[in-house]
Amino acid sequence: MGELEKIREARKKWQEKYEKSCTERDALFQSISGVPVKPLYTPEDAEGLDYLRDLGLPGEYPFTRGVRQNMYRGRLWTMRLFSGLGTAMDSNRRYHFLLDHGTTGLSVAFHMPTIMGVDSDNPRARGEVGRCGVAIDSLEDMEVLFDGIPLEKVSTSMTINAPAAILLALYIGVAEKQGVGPDKITGTIQNDILKEYIAQKSWIFPPEPSMRIITDILAFCSEHVPRWNTISISGYHIREAGSTAAQELAFTLADGLAYVEAGVKAGLDVDAFAPRLSFFFDAHLDFFEEIAKFRAARRIWAREMKERFKAKKTESLLLRFHTQTAGCSLTAQQPENNIVRTAFEALSGVLGGTQSLHTNSMDETLALPSEKAAQIALRTQQIIAFESGAADTIDPLAGSYYVESLTDRLEKQAYEYFERIEKLGGVVKAIERGFFQKEISDAAYRYQKEIEQKKRIIVGVNDYVVENEKVEIPVLVIDPEVERIQVARVKALREKRDNDAVKRRLEELKKAAAGSENLMAPILEASRAYATLGEIVDVLKSVFGEFKEIPVF
Amino acid sequence: MERKVRVLVGKPGLDGHDRGAKVVASALRDAGMEVIYTGLHQTPEMIVEAAVQEDVDVVGLSILSGAHMALFPRVLELLKEKGVDDVLVTGGGIIPESDMEKLGKLGVGKLFGPGAPTGEIADYIREWFKSSSRAKG
Repeated sequence: MGELEKIREARKKWQEKYEKSCTERDALFQSISGVPVKPLYTPEDAEGLDYLRDLGLPGEYPFTRGVRQNMYRGRLWTMRLFSGLGTAMDSNRRYHFLLDHGTTGLSVAFHMPTIMGVDSDNPRARGEVGRCGVAIDSLEDMEVLFDGIPLEKVSTSMTINAPAAILLALYIGVAEKQGVGPDKITGTIQNDILKEYIAQKSWIFPPEPSMRIITDILAFCSEHVPRWNTISISGYHIREAGSTAAQELAFTLADGLAYVEAGVKAGLDVDAFAPRLSFFFDAHLDFFEEIAKFRAARRIWAREMKERFKAKKTESLLLRFHTQTAGCSLTAQQPENNIVRTAFEALSGVLGGTQSLHTNSMDETLALPSEKAAQIALRTQQIIAFESGAADTIDPLAGSYYVESLTDRLEKQAYEYFERIEKLGGVVKAIERGFFQKEISDAAYRYQKEIEQKKRIIVGVNDYVVENEKVEIPVLVIDPEVERIQVARVKALREKRDNDAVKRRLEELKKAAAGSENLMAPILEASRAYATLGEIVDVLKSVFGEFKEIPVF
Repeated sequence: MERKVRVLVGKPGLDGHDRGAKVVASALRDAGMEVIYTGLHQTPEMIVEAAVQEDVDVVGLSILSGAHMALFPRVLELLKEKGVDDVLVTGGGIIPESDMEKLGKLGVGKLFGPGAPTGEIADYIREWFKSSSRAKG
């Protein structure tokens, strides 16, 4: 009898005894994604595992154990706090505060009007200016935002999608003013429009012209901004909208593969742009499932890039990713408990091998983070890095029967979804048919029902509730003055700039949009002339039209 | 037999976070109400237009972007302009308690924050409807 057979026999006996004489508490033994969890995992659950084929060594194909050979022994993950509030002046102050306290990169949260390509003085922006991010209307605001921050040293991630090309142009513009060339700047634009249609819903243009803008960015950056991450292919918003871990993994990678396909179709060499693609995942509450998700993601991406797209450069095969702890897991009730939730979510990101990490602040279900709450969130990462020991060895959970079986299971589920998406005609077609949207809203509703039926306990929400609770932490309030100040700023800009130059630049942009030339150069020219974000978006809208949603629930 | 309560679930403003709106829409439908969901990025004008056209009893707005102090009052104002004074305007999102109180004084109904059970929302709407003039109409 082989070793595995002996284990099987022993486990079977154990299980019989377990079923006969053990009782289980009344709980839903399912992962947060609704997948049953067994009481015990043994070598049987990793039966087919071929170490070199399925795991390999860190920095080696298929990169399951990590994208770098030395991982955190070499350099810790980038501690990056997503942040933006009020005017550019307000946010600039917050960035200096964060840098002074040890963040190692910036991450800009824009207010909704910027995200939607609307200027602050547009009536559609009423009530929204500076509320859930920083108000940026033009190069003038961007200069203030990065005042005193050396862009050749600090890397910046910008959560911006439909107008990503414009924000990149503004960033390049500020760097130029600091005497830093585009070849020197480092950072990321999210620029993941597919997940906007799927989950985050901050779209402007229809899918086809949106994909063209993206391939224009890929081409421009591979030539002029070589250290810039051109797309941050994001599962975060898919998960936050209510998806399961498997859906997050599958839909995100499907989007990524769709971008690669679009780049190749636009005539680019896969190895010219693939190394600058990066990813962005959620770290939700289910500790082991999340770690497995990150590991599975690396393995699938490496295989698809190598086998499907025949990428040759090692860098093209690497799934590098940013992690954010799950905002949707935080509770408005007893908000201090969110510090604890965030801490072990962050730990799953680290054990999953993330390249950078954002930890949510405890007060984010109530308002934008206060300084104190943001500081605790940052300290949480520092405690993991320097006190927990989690960063001292690479991929420490490899070989865990449970984690390896979860990794395999998630990979299998991802491929099942790839097949379904393929049958629907690919990602864009599946979006148009509402496939992703329906899968996600069904999963969100199932989860909500489990909570309301108390199948799942959320501490402080449906159990261990404090009656008549009063919030005892300070909550940041955005002064309504912010809107008045910002509206005045953008109006003044329209008065003082060279409006003939703006008009000419916008006309050139319109011509380029109607034709097929790369849009980055005319966008750069327009933004250098202080055309506003809204003006540039309006010109593009006049050529490309707007996306219209079919509302389903 | 009592007729079904008609509820318009709307997402005014620029924010795209529709998880809450959709979950509530599904829950109210399962609670036996007729639900019309507007979809995203609606202006107050579009929402009021739809509310009047669909002759709804309740307008439920989901706002997570902090723009609630601009959007709720605007919807109330536009309803008033249209001569609609018997519709419940309620909703939820990331809304500080002090703002909930201010909006309540302006005529907005109960507002629900994160963690509110959907059953509570359905009960609230049902109770309101029973005692409203629309229940008799």
